[in-house]
Amino acid sequence: MSYVAQRLLTFPLILLGVSILVFVAIRMIPGDAITAMLGTEAGLLTPAQRASLAAYFGIDQPVTTQYFRWAAGLLHGDLGISATYGKPVLQIILDRFPLTLELALLSMLIALLTGIPLGVLAATRNERPSDLMVRILAMLGQSTPSFVLGLLIIYLLSVWFGIVPTMGTFTPLNVDPLANLGQMIFPAITLGFAFAASVTRISRSAMLDVLSDDYIRTARSKGASQRSVVWGHALPNALIPVVTLSGVEFGYLLGGAVIVEQVFALPGLGRLVLDAISQRDYALVQGTVLFIAMNFLIVNLIVDLLYVVLDPRIRLGGK
Amino acid sequence: MMRLLAALFRHPSGRIGAAIILVYLVAALLGALGLTPHNALKQFPLDRLKPPNATYWLGTDLLGRDTFSRLMLGIGQSFVVAFASVAGATLAGTVIGLLAAWWGSLWDGVLMRIMDVLLAFPAILLALLIIAIVGPGTFTSVAAIAIVYTPIFARVVRGPALSLKRRDFVDAARTFGSSERYILTRHLLLNLVAPLTVQVTLALAWALLTEAGLSFLGLGTQPPAPSLGLMLSESKNLMQHAPWLMFFPGLTIMVGILGFNLTGDALRDILDPRTERRTA
Amino acid sequence: MTALLSVRDLHVGFGRDPRANEVVRGIGFDLAAGETLAIVGESGSGKSVTALSVNRLVDFGGGRITAGAIVLQRGDGSTLDLAQAEEHTLRHIRGRDIGMIFQEPMTSLNPVHTVGRQIEEAFRLNRGLGGDAARTAAREVLERVRIPDAAARLAYYPHQLSGGMRQRVMIAMALASSPRLLIADEPTTALDVTVQAQIMALLAELREETGMAMIFITHDIGLVAGIADRIMVMQRGVAVEQADTAAVLDHPQHDYTRHLLEAVPHFTAGRATRNDGTRGTATAPLVTVDGLVVRFPVGKGLFRKPGAVHAVDGVDFDLVAGETLAIVGESGSGKSTTARAILGLVQKTRGEIDARAGRSRRPIQMVFQDPFASLNPRLNVESLLAEPAIANGQRKDAALRRRMLVLLERVGLPAEALSRYPHQFSGGQRQRLCIARALMLNPDVVVLDEAVSALDVSVQAQVLQLLIELQREFGLAYIFISHDMAVVERIAHRIAVMFAGQIVEIGAAGAVLADPQHSYTRRLIAAVPAIERRKEHYTVDATQVPSLVRPAGYEPPPAHWREAGPDHRVREESA
Repeated sequence: MSYVAQRLLTFPLILLGVSILVFVAIRMIPGDAITAMLGTEAGLLTPAQRASLAAYFGIDQPVTTQYFRWAAGLLHGDLGISATYGKPVLQIILDRFPLTLELALLSMLIALLTGIPLGVLAATRNERPSDLMVRILAMLGQSTPSFVLGLLIIYLLSVWFGIVPTMGTFTPLNVDPLANLGQMIFPAITLGFAFAASVTRISRSAMLDVLSDDYIRTARSKGASQRSVVWGHALPNALIPVVTLSGVEFGYLLGGAVIVEQVFALPGLGRLVLDAISQRDYALVQGTVLFIAMNFLIVNLIVDLLYVVLDPRIRLGGK
Repeated sequence: MMRLLAALFRHPSGRIGAAIILVYLVAALLGALGLTPHNALKQFPLDRLKPPNATYWLGTDLLGRDTFSRLMLGIGQSFVVAFASVAGATLAGTVIGLLAAWWGSLWDGVLMRIMDVLLAFPAILLALLIIAIVGPGTFTSVAAIAIVYTPIFARVVRGPALSLKRRDFVDAARTFGSSERYILTRHLLLNLVAPLTVQVTLALAWALLTEAGLSFLGLGTQPPAPSLGLMLSESKNLMQHAPWLMFFPGLTIMVGILGFNLTGDALRDILDPRTERRTA
Repeated sequence: MTALLSVRDLHVGFGRDPRANEVVRGIGFDLAAGETLAIVGESGSGKSVTALSVNRLVDFGGGRITAGAIVLQRGDGSTLDLAQAEEHTLRHIRGRDIGMIFQEPMTSLNPVHTVGRQIEEAFRLNRGLGGDAARTAAREVLERVRIPDAAARLAYYPHQLSGGMRQRVMIAMALASSPRLLIADEPTTALDVTVQAQIMALLAELREETGMAMIFITHDIGLVAGIADRIMVMQRGVAVEQADTAAVLDHPQHDYTRHLLEAVPHFTAGRATRNDGTRGTATAPLVTVDGLVVRFPVGKGLFRKPGAVHAVDGVDFDLVAGETLAIVGESGSGKSTTARAILGLVQKTRGEIDARAGRSRRPIQMVFQDPFASLNPRLNVESLLAEPAIANGQRKDAALRRRMLVLLERVGLPAEALSRYPHQFSGGQRQRLCIARALMLNPDVVVLDEAVSALDVSVQAQVLQLLIELQREFGLAYIFISHDMAVVERIAHRIAVMFAGQIVEIGAAGAVLADPQHSYTRRLIAAVPAIERRKEHYTVDATQVPSLVRPAGYEPPPAHWREAGPDHRVREESA
């Protein structure tokens, strides 16, 4: 099972690279941390006070020492304390994460439930009107930025129904599922539209490739029906690129949809980063960015392992 | 090159895409030359929030500036950022992908793992981080988008480069004793032009999208310079009263992206060796 | 009319305007129950399209039947015109009445389903069997196609089986419904010659057992002699000749049939070898290979496993000026790896390759199997031919251009070719270009790695003739790598037979072919199809090629050679 072993070994390697990158990037943000933390009050500090604060936060140490301290903290789930919220970074992230996760899951559900059937349909009616319709729709979906679609949805809702879906406080799923869904459905549609377009396009082209493969002809020569050929023989072979794409998109969505959260005023991970950057809350930026990148890596690790289920050639070692 | 353009104009959707890009290029050029209907930066205090009319074709904004003229400049701004960043990403990504494939083993592993690290960040997030370091602005947007798309180009180049490396004509070149440089440029790079052309076109669409997104968040082009994303974000609170302020910039961004996507798809059809086989 | 299948005036076209793009133009034949018809033709003759039209699979490849009738007599005695039938009717014909096997066993099985599931599907669709009944039936049919350990193989995925095994699985699947007609579309073309013999034997046996009729499509007229009752020869969509096997092979009426029969190199067991060998007069060998060993690691990077693939395991031979040494063997025998090691394209593990400094700095050049893959599609012929010269420090000047033109003319291409690109040439022309390119540096030795294998037979004969002429003219020595004994017989002065990374027999071509000593050489020669072998039964033989993956530290036992003649050595076989 060298494939699985290889994936499992490269995962921590890339995670290490990601943590170094995040650490270095944060250190490169101009202005020193103490000024950033205390704002104008920092000007009142005596050099001695400054030095003691620096010692307290450990920023008087060499950069490598700082990194190892930070990394050691990470292993215990210690991402530091946010200067703006005065709370542990991890706690803030975990408060925001459910919303982001829900949004990502809803979007993916929309994308897969519409994208795969549409893609398969288009591939089996290659070059016919229904294929053309699907392709135009997918092309539009891929070309519409989320903020354009989001604003349009908000506008149409307010003009047609007189509702403003966004403003006001966010209701978590466990408090009032219906109210929550009402708030989440439009952002999810906004995100899911482009996602569905990508899924449609990739399922279509993967199906077109697979349908011209030799084993499809074999299945037909056995007398298999069109339905069994398409869903039983072709689709399982066409799923790998669909799974890859969905994994990448979902992984990115778990990092929060910065723009859509901004448009619909949702307190997710994306807005957390945006706010943290504008408030120069280094510990929060650092922790959140790392968390987001890790989510992406974990999702992609799961996708890599899914290949093992989907493709016996990977599972059993190909020639 | 001319043959490719001719083929593009024969392709049903490629024709539309190429026409869109052409119109946008002309608009951007005229905007850059100052040939706009009105001065895009000038405020007409008496003509605030005018809906589209004969004077202001697409209406005016809260400060009484002409939307149409601002869109022309905004397109120019978007195109400069998109073309510059994609050029950077193409160059860096191609070199990295090509060398990773050619050198193989350890170099391949190291270079591609670095690319994987970069890929672990959502595009907007990575751009945000870079902007946090360097501060917002046109150049930052270019650098940020270039860095975001470099790993994608590296991957796009590495795959075909690896398979080209194993092709018989590369082996044949080795038996003649051709230099590495000759093999890399004539046998690998020359054969990568087709996939790269497609990828560059599609990357231009993403770059437009990312640039507009960054400006929308207020982190790209800084006011008062007109930019499509910024115009859209300014329209957000006015959408009930002045929907044209949201509608036209949104449409402009969308159609621009559509133009590149259509062209990219058409180029893929034209340059894909498999389509030749299918029609043969 | 009692024919099982009666095809009348069949026309098949492709594309938007199928009538204007007809690939099959008025084919007709009758096939009685239990009879075997071979359709023979070169690429583009329309033979495969004809076959695919019979069960209408051609529809899914973009083809349309534009005219004609395909009348099938069904099991219940009723007849049906397949050319007019609806898809839902055809679905029940496919599999139930007409089974089919294809050329590429590697790609014709679904990679994500087990072999068992795919065979069971055939039973379910055509016999309504399910569950255990289907599983039992699948096992039985696998046994019928002589797959050892059938019960266990049901759980295998296609990629875990060899090419020959996969083709047996394909046959098993086609047999699932006991079809009354089996269409075999080049079923052995992708297989090694000994495996081909196995599959042919199996098909012949199964035909006797079941009494099914067969349409056998092939480009190899030599192959059909053993199995066909009748032969139809196709050229450009038309049947140029159609008659009993004996009549077509012995008294061909049409020019094209005669041409095919002449172009096909008929294997004559050493009676047609060349007699212009230079070994007697040569002073010293040009190339000496001594103890060549090439091993590849198993797995890669951190996951490297102990042990290695012993691709080439102790190969010695030499080559003198003006002579052709053919290295023959099947896939995995190490013949191509040997060639690539001589050129330095793969790293040798040990051994010596001495090439005497000759007329140029690069005395050994190579021509590859696939003329489509060995020419960079983005360069024109002038750049392609100039590359070797530029690589060796020459300038692109008038002298170089003259040399290009001379060589182009010599290989039979016009001077205008210089400004064209590879895709503007046919396969045979491209291979001529490759030969011209290999000669640009004026080498002493040319390694020809399956250089004529990808070509149609008539083109193949011309290129072989060209190679022989060039050899005489330029005093070239050839190392001719091939799996095709009949081709080798035409060009080789000496033959080395490789098996599992080692030479098992080497010597003068006539001696090796006429009097093979090693058991593998004998098996290889026995498997060569020949038109003299009419209705001859190949014997089923289940010998497997040994695995080349050896444990770490493994060294082959030292070779013991036996002299079988003046220039004929055989490796002693360990009991």
